[in-house]
Amino acid sequence: MPAEEPPTTASQEAARLAAFDSLIAADQRIEPTDWMPPAYRKALVRQMSQHAHSEIIGMQPEGNWITRAPSLKRKAILMAKVQDEAGHGLYLYSAAETLGTTRDEMLDALHSGKAKYSSIFNYLAPSWADMGSIGWLVDGAAIANQVPLCRASYGPYGRAMVRICKEESFHQRQGFEILLALMNGTDEQQAMAQESVNRWYAPALMMFGPPDAESPNSRQSMAWKIKRFSNDELRQRFVDMIVPQAEILGITLPDPDLRWNEERGHHDFGELDWAEFHAVLHGNGQANALRLAKRRAAHAEGEWVREAARAYAERTATSERMAS
Amino acid sequence: MQNQHQSPSAVLTPEAIAARVAPQDSPARATDDVARYALGLGDDALVLAQRLGSWIAAAPELEEDVALGNIALDTLGHARGLLTYAGSAWDQTEDDLAYFRDEADFRCRQIFERPNGDFACTIARQLVVSAYFTVLYRRLADSADPTLAAIAAKAVKEVEYHLDHATLWTVRLALGTEESRRRMIAGLEAIWPFVDELFAADPAADAVPAAAVAPAGLREPFDALLLPVLDQAELPVPGIAAVRGGGRLGVHSEALGPLLAEMQVLARRHPGAVW
Amino acid sequence: MTEEPRRETWPLWEVFVRSARGLSHVHAGSLHAPDAELAVRNARDLYTRRSEGVSIWVVPAAAITASDPDAKDAWFESPRGKDFRHATYYTASQAVPHL
Repeated sequence: MPAEEPPTTASQEAARLAAFDSLIAADQRIEPTDWMPPAYRKALVRQMSQHAHSEIIGMQPEGNWITRAPSLKRKAILMAKVQDEAGHGLYLYSAAETLGTTRDEMLDALHSGKAKYSSIFNYLAPSWADMGSIGWLVDGAAIANQVPLCRASYGPYGRAMVRICKEESFHQRQGFEILLALMNGTDEQQAMAQESVNRWYAPALMMFGPPDAESPNSRQSMAWKIKRFSNDELRQRFVDMIVPQAEILGITLPDPDLRWNEERGHHDFGELDWAEFHAVLHGNGQANALRLAKRRAAHAEGEWVREAARAYAERTATSERMAS
Repeated sequence: MQNQHQSPSAVLTPEAIAARVAPQDSPARATDDVARYALGLGDDALVLAQRLGSWIAAAPELEEDVALGNIALDTLGHARGLLTYAGSAWDQTEDDLAYFRDEADFRCRQIFERPNGDFACTIARQLVVSAYFTVLYRRLADSADPTLAAIAAKAVKEVEYHLDHATLWTVRLALGTEESRRRMIAGLEAIWPFVDELFAADPAADAVPAAAVAPAGLREPFDALLLPVLDQAELPVPGIAAVRGGGRLGVHSEALGPLLAEMQVLARRHPGAVW
Repeated sequence: MTEEPRRETWPLWEVFVRSARGLSHVHAGSLHAPDAELAVRNARDLYTRRSEGVSIWVVPAAAITASDPDAKDAWFESPRGKDFRHATYYTASQAVPHL
């Protein structure tokens, strides 16, 4: 816990930093009670809470389709998936709490608009096919981002990510299968799938963050082994993964510049619209206001329930004390 | 993640029932009479699951999103098993029955149609229906119909847990704060007129006495489960007249139409499509 | 922000799950709950959705006493160098059957 630390001499400070650096260099994990540089703690809280917020806000676009899922099997799968997202938010909040920030503080930051979450959830999901695109592309990009995080240098983060990655293995597949069913279906269903992928492709690629040259926090995070690969490396890896998958689906990825580059051994792809990325990041997306309003409303409407449970717990604890 | 620690469960999934009844001459197919009975039970669970599904992402706390999600998923599972089995009598799938029947063809009791209201209202509904499901499935597990018995044997363990969840919250809301007590009482009063219908005659049950559970006989064990909870929560039994009901005959409250419209809208726009 | 720091709505609990009979309860993670009864149920819903457990313990996080993190060396140095506590230390008897 980051309680008031006693003043230290410069040499003590240097020794602690050296111990921390050598743990990182040896690929050891940092645990909650270890000393860590304040900037490392801050970077972790920022990344982990942002990640948790993304899970929670990410429940909304899919939650909106639970009542309309076109088959009971799809309804069950979607419920289980959205429920997993709540669970993953919980794992991540818990992991972040080991750094001395409470969940209430993190939620306050989310509700006040101070904290960020993944911009991808500020796009609308007006079509059933979006359940497919979100699973295949959005969860696919998230998994590409997350798998290396299982080895993040901060122990609780890595452990939470191990659990999350295991559970998410079905998320991308179910999305792919939604699209596969649509592409094997009627003309209307195929058009629905293609239209949806057209909307989600570029935003999904932008989920890896701005190009390395413009990503100020990345370099430090990589030095601390919170992040293991750069934004552009992960983006390239993702494009290389989805191209053959799109072929299996028979779906066209909406990028005229997308082609295999023999020399690089990778796919080249077109320039992304980073002005759009920054606009959404700064609140001008389709759904920024909606997502936050719905989240705030759920929290505010739950206040009396949380308060009731707390009052009941206090009262029973008191009466037990008096009885003993 | 695969189920790592326990052997693959031998529970009867909707998919397993569908596979079992698939052959035209399968002896596992429901008879017309049994199917009519299963349809009512399936509709009860389906409509409730549809209601519970809209809590996800709106619960009072994240932990409760997960808890209500589990309850909704269990309930949807019961619906799928029962509807798959019912449909086997008429060459219909669970989805044919869920998405392509009109309001008057649904056979759910009206209590399952009740809107969610606030959390207290949902908990009041959960308390009543979980107590009802518990006594129903306990008896149905002894049904002469092996498929109904198997569905009930799994379901009873799940609804007992739902009852436990609803009981804990009923007590906390009733004895928490003034506001929560007021809301819990209001929730219980909103649901109470629909309780009696659960035990009203069901012609489909009467037609297959060995396979079905007679609703009237469930009142006593239901009261034995429910009344002590109300007592513990210091909640008075509401003295409100019962509505006339008629869900098993296709008479529904005005809440069912909009629920079905939402549930069925996409599937009906693409008849015959596979998802 | 001039507001008083708000009290945590619900306290934090640590969750331990026994994955199968015969194994120990292992720390699975944590969660918030108003009281023990709800905490153990929330733990069931959150940490055993995929048949990960057959038994659950919950402990108020505040009730856990931990070893002194700043005194790691003093706490955990002693066993180092006492390899004679391990069977592998005894090499002369290595080839003797059933030993």
